[in-house]
Amino acid sequence: MKIALFGNPNTGKSSIFNMLTGLRQQVGNFPGVTVDKKKGSIKTAQAVHQLTDFPGTYSIFARSLDEQVVKEVLNNPSHPDYPEAIIYVADAANLERNLLFFSQLYDLGFPILLVLNMWDRAQQKGLDIQLDLLQKHFPAAAVVTANARISLGKDRIIAALDQLQSGERTAFNDHHFQTLQSDAEQTQNSDERLQKIRAIGLVTNTQRKVANTSTRLDRILTHRLYGYLIFSAILLVIFQFIFSFASIPMDFIDGQFVRLSSWSAAHLPDGVLSKLLTQGLIPGIGGVLVFVPQIAILFFFIALLEESGYLSRVVFIMDRLMRPFGLNGKSVVPLLSSVACAIPGIMSARTISDWKERLITILVAPFMSCSARIPVYTLLISLVIPKIYIGGFISLQGLVLFGLYTLGILFALGTALLLKLLVRSRTPGFHLMELPDYKTPRLANVGYTVFEKVKVFILDAGKIIVAISIILWALASYGPSSREQALRTLHQEQTYQQADPTKQQELDNALLLSESYIGHFGKWMEPAIAPLGYDWKIGIALLSSFAAREVFVGSLATIYAVGDDTNIQKRLIEKLKEEQNDKGQATYSLATGASLLVFYVFAMQCMATLAVVKRETNSWKWPLIQLAFMGVIAYLCAFLVYQLLV
Amino acid sequence: MNLLLHMSQTLDSISLNELVEIAAISNNAIAPKLTEMGLTKGQKIKAIFKAPFGDPIAYEINGNIISMRREEAMQVEVEMA
Repeated sequence: MKIALFGNPNTGKSSIFNMLTGLRQQVGNFPGVTVDKKKGSIKTAQAVHQLTDFPGTYSIFARSLDEQVVKEVLNNPSHPDYPEAIIYVADAANLERNLLFFSQLYDLGFPILLVLNMWDRAQQKGLDIQLDLLQKHFPAAAVVTANARISLGKDRIIAALDQLQSGERTAFNDHHFQTLQSDAEQTQNSDERLQKIRAIGLVTNTQRKVANTSTRLDRILTHRLYGYLIFSAILLVIFQFIFSFASIPMDFIDGQFVRLSSWSAAHLPDGVLSKLLTQGLIPGIGGVLVFVPQIAILFFFIALLEESGYLSRVVFIMDRLMRPFGLNGKSVVPLLSSVACAIPGIMSARTISDWKERLITILVAPFMSCSARIPVYTLLISLVIPKIYIGGFISLQGLVLFGLYTLGILFALGTALLLKLLVRSRTPGFHLMELPDYKTPRLANVGYTVFEKVKVFILDAGKIIVAISIILWALASYGPSSREQALRTLHQEQTYQQADPTKQQELDNALLLSESYIGHFGKWMEPAIAPLGYDWKIGIALLSSFAAREVFVGSLATIYAVGDDTNIQKRLIEKLKEEQNDKGQATYSLATGASLLVFYVFAMQCMATLAVVKRETNSWKWPLIQLAFMGVIAYLCAFLVYQLLV
Repeated sequence: MNLLLHMSQTLDSISLNELVEIAAISNNAIAPKLTEMGLTKGQKIKAIFKAPFGDPIAYEINGNIISMRREEAMQVEVEMA
């Protein structure tokens, strides 16, 4: 049987889902939209059922993307997700309002199980819920109590599923509300339902008040000074983890894949296939997995903050600040996370229910300078920015680095403003939001979130990343037949023959790259990048760093034949400083360096981000638009900087 | 107190911790959403804290906290409880 899980937001619906299905979950999208669809199976005494988790909504009348999904499924019996039965999760501490959506589903005639979740909290609040009255007014529904936070009620739910009643029933309110179109009619219908529900008198002894401690906490956490200070402190901790601590597992993953790659190179017979495996596929998969620590850490914290109820307070205090840019409070976490890495940042934009605001957030997020830009920034800064101190203590190099980050933020906000005017809205954006009670986070739920996000990234975005990295690898390691000739010429040079084997290998690699397809492409596009102050060698590094920005450094090292030992950065800087163009001027002048820095602030030089944007917007349209406009901005700004400085 | 003053008040203009009763909700696109979240005629509601810059505002209704932007709160007419 296909069972759907419905309920209002903040009712512990996902806890119920996790409790019922365990780790047997599949995550995907509802057809045509990027709204999470989670599926799992439940085994009862009589059968195995498929459970689909729907987004939390307040009614069947749709406004947001999430609600649209619910409405479309319920209005279309031939929809693949159309349920045969419904489990409805209600917050027992807030029963009457929760029953509005329930009564609509009840009137549609579905076999329905009402789960009164968070039963303990209702009792703590001193609410006396008349279950017999509830049953009397909804005779066809099964009613059970649960407390999913401590895994209570699973057996009751499973037992009740086998007893569900289907078919005709006396409607609680009316049968025909589904066709109501106008705002006024929908409002009136919901109003009538709520009045009717309240008139039952389900909840006696109503001390329905927000606890004083909660309000006191709220006044601190949303205070105009302490609120921002506390949020900044929490961000600092998260960034510390993503920036510094994540590098430990990332380096480990990197190292293991390098070892795996060289091990298989040593043990497999030479050939195209083994080369594809050792140099294309294995590093490609490594390039996917290396993002896992950052994704896992970020979503660990986001889930923790969300579970505790704090995240909605962050949205509350940031909303007004983000509004002028066409964004809302929910854009803050995705944008700030993008300072570490745009990939988890963009994935976290899924919480923004308004499609336009979500899209804008996703499109501008990669302007935030991510950690992969740091190696590029530091290399170029130490190359062209003099090591001087303004006023004796402010490092000019540090100031430039700060400026690059600021530039990214400014362009992110500016572009958001522009997109606000350009992108059409699909739905009117409302910002009514419940601020849930503060709760101790449940680690199990946090774990599920982390697991699910990592899985989705590896399975969905991973495929694209591996494919693109294999293409890039092939273009960089194969070349036209003229390459062999060039190699032979090199080998006959006297300087080459006198060099030691290591140096010979480095010279070989440099030649092989510059004569590869990417090398030829770099030379071919030199006229296009010359106005930015770049030669074909920089062109090659730009092209190959599309795999990941930090590859820029490695590519330059290969082209300039400085090898790949631990002193690469230092040796590379020395080498680059010596580089001269035909006119005898330094290749890496201030103008070229600054132009490159600006280029890297703006350009979408990251295929993994593109793959994630494709997944999150459900089409190639937006990632390609993003690639184009970020490229244009990068080109124009780099051009401007070079021409001003040269 | 001046009766006229009360009649024209909307939810965005009430002061903190002042218990009021919902009198009417403007008939526009947001009305169904407000209703679904439990804001119906006759319900008691009060503002309990505000975000910096006074917007959005958090309201307590029926033991829940609901945050609303000022422009949204303006759609709800209230009177003194």
